[in-house]
Amino acid sequence: MADLSYVRLEMLPQKEPPRSSVGVQGWMRINLFSSGANTILTIVAAVLVLMILASILPWIFGGVWNASSLSECREIFAERYGNGTEYACWAVIKDRWHQIIFGYYAPDQYWRPVLGFLLILLAFAPVLFPKLPSQMFYITLASIFIYPWLIWGGTIWSPIIAALGVAVGYGVYVLASRALGSLIGLLLGCAAAILWWSAISGALTDALSSTIPASLETMSSLNLAGFVLSITIGIVAIAASLPLAIVLALGRQSDMWIVNKLCTGFIEIIRGVPLITLLFVATVLLNYFLPRGVEFDVILRVMILVTLFTAAYIAEVIRGGLAALPKGQYEAADALGLTYWQAQRLIILPQALKISIPGIVSNFISVFKDTTLVSIVALNDPLGIANNIRANSDWNGIVWELYGFIGLIFWIFCFSMSRYSMWLERRLQTGHH
Amino acid sequence: MKKTVFFGALVGAGLVAGASAAATLDDIKDRGKIHCGVTEGTLGFSARDSEGNHQGFDVDFCRALGAAIFNDSDAVEYIELSSKNRFTALSSGQVDLLYRTTTWTFSRDVDLKTTFVGINYYDGQGFMVPKELGVTSAKELEGATVCIETGTTTELNLADFFRVNGMSYEPLPVGGTTEAKALFEEGACDVYTTDASALAGVRAALKDPAAYIILPEIVSKEPLGPAVRHGDDEWADVVRWVQNALVAAEETGVTSANVAELAKGTDNPEINRMLGSEGSLGAMLGLDADFAVRAIAAVGNYGEIFERNIGENTPIGLARGLNALWTEGGLQYSPPFR
Repeated sequence: MADLSYVRLEMLPQKEPPRSSVGVQGWMRINLFSSGANTILTIVAAVLVLMILASILPWIFGGVWNASSLSECREIFAERYGNGTEYACWAVIKDRWHQIIFGYYAPDQYWRPVLGFLLILLAFAPVLFPKLPSQMFYITLASIFIYPWLIWGGTIWSPIIAALGVAVGYGVYVLASRALGSLIGLLLGCAAAILWWSAISGALTDALSSTIPASLETMSSLNLAGFVLSITIGIVAIAASLPLAIVLALGRQSDMWIVNKLCTGFIEIIRGVPLITLLFVATVLLNYFLPRGVEFDVILRVMILVTLFTAAYIAEVIRGGLAALPKGQYEAADALGLTYWQAQRLIILPQALKISIPGIVSNFISVFKDTTLVSIVALNDPLGIANNIRANSDWNGIVWELYGFIGLIFWIFCFSMSRYSMWLERRLQTGHH
Repeated sequence: MKKTVFFGALVGAGLVAGASAAATLDDIKDRGKIHCGVTEGTLGFSARDSEGNHQGFDVDFCRALGAAIFNDSDAVEYIELSSKNRFTALSSGQVDLLYRTTTWTFSRDVDLKTTFVGINYYDGQGFMVPKELGVTSAKELEGATVCIETGTTTELNLADFFRVNGMSYEPLPVGGTTEAKALFEEGACDVYTTDASALAGVRAALKDPAAYIILPEIVSKEPLGPAVRHGDDEWADVVRWVQNALVAAEETGVTSANVAELAKGTDNPEINRMLGSEGSLGAMLGLDADFAVRAIAAVGNYGEIFERNIGENTPIGLARGLNALWTEGGLQYSPPFR
């Protein structure tokens, strides 16, 4: 009688969750059929997706890879399927993929852009993945001079001499700043480097290349096209705009009146003008101001303007990051007795840039896609190449195959960038928000 | 002080550039290459093949110049220009001439300071309709829906044509050739109108070209030809007479096959003067005596260039029409080599 106890002495084993709430069935119940309206939407969407796939998939997989022209493709369709339906004529990609990727680069030199691209990946690696040894930054610095040499060719001495100019400038800066103070040292260093590049380097390059000739075949900018052109413009804009943007953002926050107004003016003017207008200025208007016979490479002009354009946008993104920092961070830096640059480098910028990462990367993605706008000024980006391929009577009339291929490659690049930015955000997450 | 030096150098550079502006032919000879402005890709007129080499009707005229000046038809650098930057590229010296399907108009000739030195293709706006429409003349197009590319002169020409003939039409504005072709093929419009040379290309790319016809009426004048800068008549003469030589060669029956034979001398003094076995016409141009021989040997006469690139045996299939020789009812005519 006394031992009648209702207290359970051991835990019951956990029960399986009901079958309707786990697994495929459960997922579908929660996500697709949770209510009457959702069920209807699901069914409508599924029908739509199936209809689209039913029309696209046969087109893609019924396509022809081996043909020499669109009309031959059509003959093959008629023979194979017998109905009037169109299928993809992938033969155009097989025939011209190398032009879409490498532009009109000489085929026996394709290794150069490939090597250049690998070099760029290597150069970005220490920036992208901070765990790598910091010595790799030397590769980054070197690639600034090696990449143009790989792409445009010419004697090996020009990048070396150009790099020496930086060394000369730095040497003068170090020596002069010891004797005359850092500001005058900086000015003298810049002057020395400019003097080196403008007066000495040309003659020295000629002299060295005639004594020890070592050169790559020169590639005209006219033949620079396709994804090689897009990637080159994109990389230059991305790499050069970020430092410029940081300077502009800091300048816009500065208390110094002239610096502040200059930076604000620059940002507002560049942001207030569409990129296409700037491209027209670069290619059309500048010709009127330069003296006749002065050759100023059109690709270089476009690169400079795309860089300025990107920098203005990213500067505003970074300014947002700076504004988001609590005032206490600035005051703490002052309280520690840090100079302005120390405070920026050690305290402000690391936090502000971290906040700005999604905005910066999305700007990078959009500038990479904006490089297709250069087809308007008759540079042959991938879309320009597609137009040129259609201007051939063999492939006249092909549209979707070319755009699909180009779109796929762009998507691969942009998707990798966006995944990288998400990875970086997770890695930098310090968890106090 | 430094500033003055800088401005001095700038002015000096400007003066040097100005002084050399007149002698394009000398610049070209120094450089060893002609800078020829072509389109970014126009069916039949200029496009790159799968090896990346330029080919086409306009390109062949540039090649003829290369052969005439350097005896090397590959001594040409092709600079692809959009329709917007072609004239600035010419006036700034980025290119030496345009062979860029450029229509010779009053304002371009006079106001834009370009000099047109000839007409290598007489184009004009035409109409294409499906055969099943049963129309044989543009004058029967009363009430038709017309696909038309916006922002072009074709839009204005179309309005003029229908007004003059007292007919009404329904315009369907489209953004570009690719879009227009798709709409026309779907049957969204009855008529597609653009320049006749482009029309033939669009027709060739349709799924069933035989189901469509191009109507005989040409409703506008689009004379396409080479353009050079104002103020350099020596260079203009070279471009003009190399093109004339190609036309004259067809008139006199000189072809790429027989030019080497005929250059040794014939009974026809006109041929002899042109090919340099008599007289000194080449020297007057500042070229070698056999400049025309080289040009014809490199690309053939006008008729050969036409047939190879856009003629009836190509997929583009243009008839000679206005571009036949004057002796055959066309407009192609070369002033005498005398």
